[in-house]
Amino acid sequence: MRLDRSGGDVAPSLSFTFDGETVRARKGETVAAALLANDIRLVGRSFKYHRPRGIWSAGPEEPNALITLGRGAAQTPNQRATVQEVYEGLEVSSQNRWPSLKTDLLSVNDLAAPFLGAGFYYKTFMWPRAFWERVYEPVIRRAAGLGALSGAPDQEPYEKAYAHCDLLVIGSGPSGLMAALVAARAGSDVIVAEQDHALGGRLLAEVEEIDGAPAADWVAAAVAELEAAPNVRVMSRTTVTGVYDQGTYGAIERTAMHVADPGAAPRQTFWRIVAKASILASGAIERGIAFANNDRPGVMAAGAVRAYANRWGVSPGKSVTVFANNDDAHRTARDLAAAGVTVAAVIDPRADAQAIGDYPLFSGAQVTGTTGRLGLTDITIRDASGKDQSVWTDCLAVSGGWNPSVHLTCHMNGRPVWNEDLAAFVPAPDAVPGLFPAGSADGAQSTADCLRTGAEAAIAALEALGQTTEAPALPKAENGFTGHTPFWLVPGKKRAWLDMANDVTVKDVKLAAQENFASVEHMKRYTTQGMAPDQGKNSNVAALAILADATGRTIPQTGTTTFRPPFAPVPLSAMGAGARGKGFAPERFTTSHTATEDLGAPFVEAGLWYRPSYYPRAGETTWRQSCDREVQMVRNAVGVADVSTLGKIDIQGPDAAALLDFVYTNMFSTLKVGKVRYGLMLREDGHVMDDGTTARLGETHYVMTTTTAAAGQVMQHLDFVLQALRPDWDVRIASATEQWAQFAVAGPKARALLDVVLDGPIDWAAWPFMSCGNIGVAGVPGRLFRISFSGEEGFEVAVPARYGEALYRLLLSQASVLGGGPYGMEALNVLRIEKGFITHSEIHGRVTAFDIGMERMISAKKDCIGKTMAARPGLLDPARERLVGLKPTGAVKELTAGAHLFNMGAEAVRLEDQGYITSVCYSPTLGSFLGLGFLKSGPDRIGETVQMVDHLRGVKTEVEVCNPVFFDPEGGRMRG
Amino acid sequence: MKRYSAFAVAREGLRHHAGWERAWKSPAPKPSYDVIIVGAGGHGLATAYYLGKNFGITNVAVIEKGWLGGGNTGRNTTIIRSNYLQDPSAAIYEKARSLYEDLSQDLNYNVMFSPRGVMMLAQTHHEIRGYQRTAHANALQGVETEFIGPERVKELCPIIETRGPRYPVLGALWQPRGGTARHDAVAWGYARACSDMGMDIIQKCEVTGVTQEGGQVTGVETTKGHIGCTKLGIVVAGHSGVLADMAGFRLPIESVALQALVSEPIKPCMDVVVMANTVHGYMSQSDKGEMVIGGGADGYNNYTQRGSFHHIEETVRALIETFPIISRLKMLRMWGGIVDMTGDRSPIISPTPLGNTFINCGWGTGGFKAIPGSGWATAEMIARGTPGPLAAEFGLNRFREGRFIDESVAAGVAH
Amino acid sequence: MRITCPYCGERDIREFTYRGHALAIARPAPDAGEAAWDDYLHLRDNPAGATQDLWHHGPCGAWVIVDRDTVTHEVAGSKAVAEVKR
Repeated sequence: MRLDRSGGDVAPSLSFTFDGETVRARKGETVAAALLANDIRLVGRSFKYHRPRGIWSAGPEEPNALITLGRGAAQTPNQRATVQEVYEGLEVSSQNRWPSLKTDLLSVNDLAAPFLGAGFYYKTFMWPRAFWERVYEPVIRRAAGLGALSGAPDQEPYEKAYAHCDLLVIGSGPSGLMAALVAARAGSDVIVAEQDHALGGRLLAEVEEIDGAPAADWVAAAVAELEAAPNVRVMSRTTVTGVYDQGTYGAIERTAMHVADPGAAPRQTFWRIVAKASILASGAIERGIAFANNDRPGVMAAGAVRAYANRWGVSPGKSVTVFANNDDAHRTARDLAAAGVTVAAVIDPRADAQAIGDYPLFSGAQVTGTTGRLGLTDITIRDASGKDQSVWTDCLAVSGGWNPSVHLTCHMNGRPVWNEDLAAFVPAPDAVPGLFPAGSADGAQSTADCLRTGAEAAIAALEALGQTTEAPALPKAENGFTGHTPFWLVPGKKRAWLDMANDVTVKDVKLAAQENFASVEHMKRYTTQGMAPDQGKNSNVAALAILADATGRTIPQTGTTTFRPPFAPVPLSAMGAGARGKGFAPERFTTSHTATEDLGAPFVEAGLWYRPSYYPRAGETTWRQSCDREVQMVRNAVGVADVSTLGKIDIQGPDAAALLDFVYTNMFSTLKVGKVRYGLMLREDGHVMDDGTTARLGETHYVMTTTTAAAGQVMQHLDFVLQALRPDWDVRIASATEQWAQFAVAGPKARALLDVVLDGPIDWAAWPFMSCGNIGVAGVPGRLFRISFSGEEGFEVAVPARYGEALYRLLLSQASVLGGGPYGMEALNVLRIEKGFITHSEIHGRVTAFDIGMERMISAKKDCIGKTMAARPGLLDPARERLVGLKPTGAVKELTAGAHLFNMGAEAVRLEDQGYITSVCYSPTLGSFLGLGFLKSGPDRIGETVQMVDHLRGVKTEVEVCNPVFFDPEGGRMRG
Repeated sequence: MKRYSAFAVAREGLRHHAGWERAWKSPAPKPSYDVIIVGAGGHGLATAYYLGKNFGITNVAVIEKGWLGGGNTGRNTTIIRSNYLQDPSAAIYEKARSLYEDLSQDLNYNVMFSPRGVMMLAQTHHEIRGYQRTAHANALQGVETEFIGPERVKELCPIIETRGPRYPVLGALWQPRGGTARHDAVAWGYARACSDMGMDIIQKCEVTGVTQEGGQVTGVETTKGHIGCTKLGIVVAGHSGVLADMAGFRLPIESVALQALVSEPIKPCMDVVVMANTVHGYMSQSDKGEMVIGGGADGYNNYTQRGSFHHIEETVRALIETFPIISRLKMLRMWGGIVDMTGDRSPIISPTPLGNTFINCGWGTGGFKAIPGSGWATAEMIARGTPGPLAAEFGLNRFREGRFIDESVAAGVAH
Repeated sequence: MRITCPYCGERDIREFTYRGHALAIARPAPDAGEAAWDDYLHLRDNPAGATQDLWHHGPCGAWVIVDRDTVTHEVAGSKAVAEVKR
């Protein structure tokens, strides 16, 4: 209910819906505050037993009140009602219930609870054997999960952002604000990150004074000072979620989750903040007490109850009771009573507890049970004399003390340490380099201590950054309410909840101990304690205490608690912002891309590049028709293909030749200026890394070509050789892949085409096979290489990339006059298989020079990368599978890439395996399917017939083992 | 040991679970054993189990520095598949997969093997070729897989965007009897069965030295004193180098962190396991409803069992591209497991230079799925003193000799 | 992790690619023998603690030797390979 407070709370001005019912709310309220204001206590159903659940907390640690926002593509499951701010028209739905929140059929699980204890599923569902996958698991799976996805892709915008600062202050309670003020005044570059929309932390939820005025006034002044400072950036609605190495922090900002119509604003933003130092002022999280049926809607954290009252003017109940082991929780009774709410009882297990206001106190007493099916109606109090009485109450505020929010200090494997005085874990010293815990996150218990430790932490952090600051005058503040005595559970036979989100009870933890799951990690995994959406923030310490008790050990002997990132769940949408659709990876286009699109060619991806597959012409209905025509066009007239995607590395300097001799197996120092040579490159382990041609343009100037795929790897390799192995060499390398547009012009009419395009006249006698040089191309300085990957007389002509498109269009228009035209990757593949040229289908990382018949290319006259290791016995084993050509000779005339080879008459089983096919094509030139493949001792078996067995399609055929060069083996056509 | 059954669960439910026994004992070490296995992860426990079951060797201690199953066994994405390209890999992973089929009944412990099918998406033409080749190889190896088209992918996993504008799904390698299992239960089930055979599982006991005489192992020094043995098995994954150093040899291994994350639980939306290697991400939905997401390995040598940010970010980017409907999910927890990688990405199951000392390591990212097969092969090697057919090609010397079992996918596209 | 490139300054790890232990810069002579090459290519100390390894800084092409801790990810320093070998 709403409290009638002086100070003029505005009337509820907006409305939203909860399960379709309209709820009136005030601006700035959370969904939880608004629901409680409207006396709605039942908010969700628990994970396993489908128990009715309400709101436990007032912050991001909420274990119970998980809700779904929106509908359709905007539907977002598993949001915390205690964090989500209301806005006009917001749609909120409860989760994990069917058909309705009040009548949930799966609450039948709760009746079966005696049989569904910790780990029961490991002990059953095994018979009959097939039933696990056919019956049991499908049934379990159907019941799984909390909220649901809509099934529609998210179309809303998200963002990623980056920030750098001297000091990151995490949290803006008294310690965070004080630390930020000290650093701001010292001139540091400060970021203050606060998960709430308002700064102030616990000071917003308490009735207390700082420097003689309401704490809220001090907060307002501090915030105003920080916001006015040019060196401070205040980030509200921003939760620091993780700590990573070297001062890198992840944070999620709910940028526009509180706005009805955010337009183009990102809904959430994932921040990566790099800070030289940080202050952890993340506060503390209240823990509960385990007692029978302590999970009903209406049972809440005591600090949360007074936060709702003091901050939002909402009382979670009409008749409130308090069950706590500490002085701090008595403030809940005091504040609610002062606000006019009935406080029916305060139950404190400490015999010496004192009341701090006008309310009935049961000292030395315990709450032994609760009733109320869909919400709390009564509690049973066992007083100091052991007598039970029932008290009517609709809100029980519970506190078992406070756990410092040490989460971020665990992210780099720091283990928090047990502090016996506080009965809590506090951050280990130096758990994260450069992170300084302060305030209640470090165990401070009063506002005065928070202010003091905040200032001290800031001074220490600044000192670590080499800045000195004077200690500020500390404001006077509250310094009481620190008394407490550890109290974890009320003994009893009924179920007492620890992890409410995962339905883990005290009994489950005790059963784990009984079955020797006595390590904390075993207990957690066996019971699922701490694995739920709240990640154990509310219950891990209590579960550890109970395990310690059950195993007869102290808490430090039993173990510690640890937390992995993220502190609060991070939406994948923000972490992966920008990755939807084409945003996932850049696309690289050649200069001929638009012209190729104009011709209707389908593209195929090649690394990040896109290359044309084939160029369909009118009347062609299959890719094979286009491909066959393009192959014949190249063989009979002239074809043009963009080969700019191949890596081009410019190599210059007196030792350029020495570098090439070292990275290639064969010699390049002997290559004459104006000549090109094919080179084979090995990895140091003796396997083939890459191949390509390298041209010598001048005495000290080479241009190396790599395959499209390996361009980056080869560049890195050359960098390594030059910097790490031969820094004495005087040579420089640079990638020139994107600087040059390069086109293959191949076929018997290649010269005729180039005659029109090149600045002429050209003396072709001066351009023999494997020659190269500078040349004018339609008035532009370019390069010409006479090389061939098709087996025809071929050239590659290169111009600076900005002229690429113009040259491509010119080449195509002139080619068409000669009966030629463009050819795509499919035709290129056929042309190269006909010639037995290899690609990465063959040099797939597992082959050696020996395997591809190039062992003689490893020069005996010099060392090179990979030479020594290529001589290992395993790499020269004659039984290795080695490259051959394959031609079908049986009834089936087709070959299959990937199919395996067997000796004639042998059974087609693994032990008889002789090899496999890597590439196949239909050759219109030879009128046959052709294949390349690897066959045991292949080169020694030319002329033999083996069988190919395609197990997937059930096809068998005889194939002849041939020399891999099927077409023009003498190479007469290439040489012209 | 009292057997687990539906009846036992009902009986105990009615008497407040008072009758459940310890799942395994926690004994003090004896002075010596026939065999000591160092490492009570899945592989070490499975090795001990098959030593007992297949060879009747039960005077065995399994020594563990931390708590059993606390290493990679409990820190992986629980995927089980055997669709490997190379014959030796396919053989041992398929042995493991087939043992998983009956493991719950064998151990009397429900490990929840769930053969819901694993698909590896082909999103480039290079991958189509690679997976078709694997499908052909699997047909020979007796591994049931098929190469399926995009329509069938969509049918099996409707939430995949098969027509993504950047990397459309062009097909997939589909292993219908691949799947997942409950990872902790695998370790616990083996541990309970070993304990029941009279083996000693000694937790919180760190090995600090290996003792030897005349080139033969004699035992281990531990934080609980010296424990003698006739044979020693080292099965400690990421910490293999440390143990090898104690035993006086070096390994071709580097430890790296493998990244993973889970989402909050949501209602069921995918039944199969999907791996997308082009975009580096894989995902399945657990029986609790969490999406279990695996990313790549940190490319660099490290021992930090924690999540590193940039890999996870890339994985999430990839999954949003391939599964656009999941972007409203939230990451709940991220972590890193330390895996030991060899140069050819295949394991080592081998005798070592020290007599009667054997090692099993180098599983890289493939450890969990291999557990039963690895234990089977390692037990056979330890019992007989020499590797059997499953382990024969995974020897330590293969690196020096250049006989790799290369399972690393060579990056590459056609010219 | 953040690594300092000796030429460009401190940068996020995403700008770097990893190669392995820094011993890769000490390539054995071709005739150094099988054991030396086995050490160079395969066998690794794989230390849990201080190590020295090689990173390639993509934007500038520098190979960098980084002193770091494999357990804590602390980076103690870095230097250019080219400077070390000069």
